[in-house]
Amino acid sequence: MRRVAIVGVGVSKFGYRPDVSLPELAWEAVKEALDDARLDAKDVEAYVVGNVGGWSSEPLPAVVVGEYCGLAPSSGIRVEAACASGSSAVRTAYHMVASGEADIVMAMGVEKMNESPTPTVVEFIGRAGNYFWEFENFGLTFPGYYALHATAYMNKYGATEADLCEVAVKNHYYGSLNPKAQFQKPITVEECLKSKYVAWPLKLYDSSPITDGSAAVILAGEEVAKKITDTPVWIKAIGAANGTSNLSKREDFAGLEAARLAAQRAYRRAGIDPSEPVKHLDVAEVHDCFTIAEIMAYEDLGFAKRGEGYKLAREKQTYIGGVIPVNLSGGLKAKGHPIGATGVAMIAELTRQLRQEVERGRQAPIRKGMALAHNVGGTGHYAFVTVLSL
Amino acid sequence: MSTVVEKLREYLDRAEAEQIRQLDQLVAATGLPVYRDPKTGALIWVDVRELRLRFQLSVNRIAKFVEGLSQERLYYTVCRRCGAKYFPPQADCPRCKSSDMEWREASREGELVTWTVINVKPASFAHNKDYVVGIVKMPDGFNVTAWIDADPSTLRPGMRLRLFVGKRPGENYITYWFRPV
Ligand SMILES: [Zn+2]
Repeated sequence: MRRVAIVGVGVSKFGYRPDVSLPELAWEAVKEALDDARLDAKDVEAYVVGNVGGWSSEPLPAVVVGEYCGLAPSSGIRVEAACASGSSAVRTAYHMVASGEADIVMAMGVEKMNESPTPTVVEFIGRAGNYFWEFENFGLTFPGYYALHATAYMNKYGATEADLCEVAVKNHYYGSLNPKAQFQKPITVEECLKSKYVAWPLKLYDSSPITDGSAAVILAGEEVAKKITDTPVWIKAIGAANGTSNLSKREDFAGLEAARLAAQRAYRRAGIDPSEPVKHLDVAEVHDCFTIAEIMAYEDLGFAKRGEGYKLAREKQTYIGGVIPVNLSGGLKAKGHPIGATGVAMIAELTRQLRQEVERGRQAPIRKGMALAHNVGGTGHYAFVTVLSL
Repeated sequence: MSTVVEKLREYLDRAEAEQIRQLDQLVAATGLPVYRDPKTGALIWVDVRELRLRFQLSVNRIAKFVEGLSQERLYYTVCRRCGAKYFPPQADCPRCKSSDMEWREASREGELVTWTVINVKPASFAHNKDYVVGIVKMPDGFNVTAWIDADPSTLRPGMRLRLFVGKRPGENYITYWFRPV
């Protein structure tokens, strides 16, 4: 397997985007990534699209996007790993390049969730577990699944709703500095605590929003990458794992086993000491679809000991200057969570962090040259941990 | 007496009636199903083709589970070759690749592991009041996800809950739920 670099990245403005169709939305990210790499659509030998859909009208998004963006007749496919579809697109593209099958491959994600009304979107995501045993009879929702984890975590370790809100406050703060984020305003713990419950103990401000958005990254083999750019960002390792579809089959609800396994696998491949990964990393983007998810991520990734993740939030250790800065993009919480695009957007953000080209106030100091993306699909159903390096 | 299916259909029709009326008016007035999004001014084409989904799920190989419900019992499966237990019941054992399964009735009491209250409901559950969903550890060696009929403020981890199988009030089809002992 040969080394694979990221040579171009693009992200659309995230949010409520009735101003564009799905392929037009994809083009925003595709064009930015092509411009970044100084390539044309015809240079892309293959492309992989992360998209979950159901709420949007196009059942074959890879085909529609391929035509609109001028990527066809290159080979394109759509991949699905729920909210981690974007990471699965990056991983599939990585394999195409690493294997030598292609020199230049694009991974992208696009989602137009607002083509359907909110209750329909809630219905679709709620069905994303084990349909018959969790939804048909019991009407679980996506916040509901994470709330089951939040209740267990809070009972086990004594974390409070205010601790969870600290995550929302941090991510809204950094989102306010990211012009592409859906939410542009900082919030306070008090505002968060006052927001309505969506699935007790999780509130509206604990939750990522319904988002339209797209992201694209262009991957290239080592030789080609060095011709395209002076600052290639290397994909050092990808670790992936899956959890049970039925939450009832989990041993433990205070963390996500699949994320722990994905981290272990990525750390081994990247040569990162799993007992102290923060020593190796400048910055991380983690999957904060709900605030509890970011706290569990701290522990599943080994940024904090088991049962102490909420203390990182409480002590503000994941801001710039703390133990490790997390979600300087605003995270899913404030940047938005266009399901299939999220994982690709994480990789685009970290690439720009490592190149030191993000907006003032949210640029992490880059000293070690390594960054980590943690992208979870469903409720620990899929997990991908991707390590990037300069 | 209307069934769960009729009730839900009526609810969804009511929720959508106004939109459909507006769409028809739009087409009648302008000849196009097009309007300006009030929030952004973006031009929107409203899909005139509606897609209604209702799936046909096979429960053929877990017929014993369905039969059990009608007798107010909850069944799980145990692999006769390797002893692995399955709830939700599985007809096949991936551990030893056997499909020789024994059906056993689940115990009537378990311990609460975790729970949530669904406040913002999916469209197909929107006709319900807020409901509690929990995961309950059964002494048989598996957990069961189901509704918990209780005031959520009284719930504690580890508390004893009793399993009920029967017609869910208001929906009139047989399912299973828990109540504090
Ligand atoms: Zn067996």
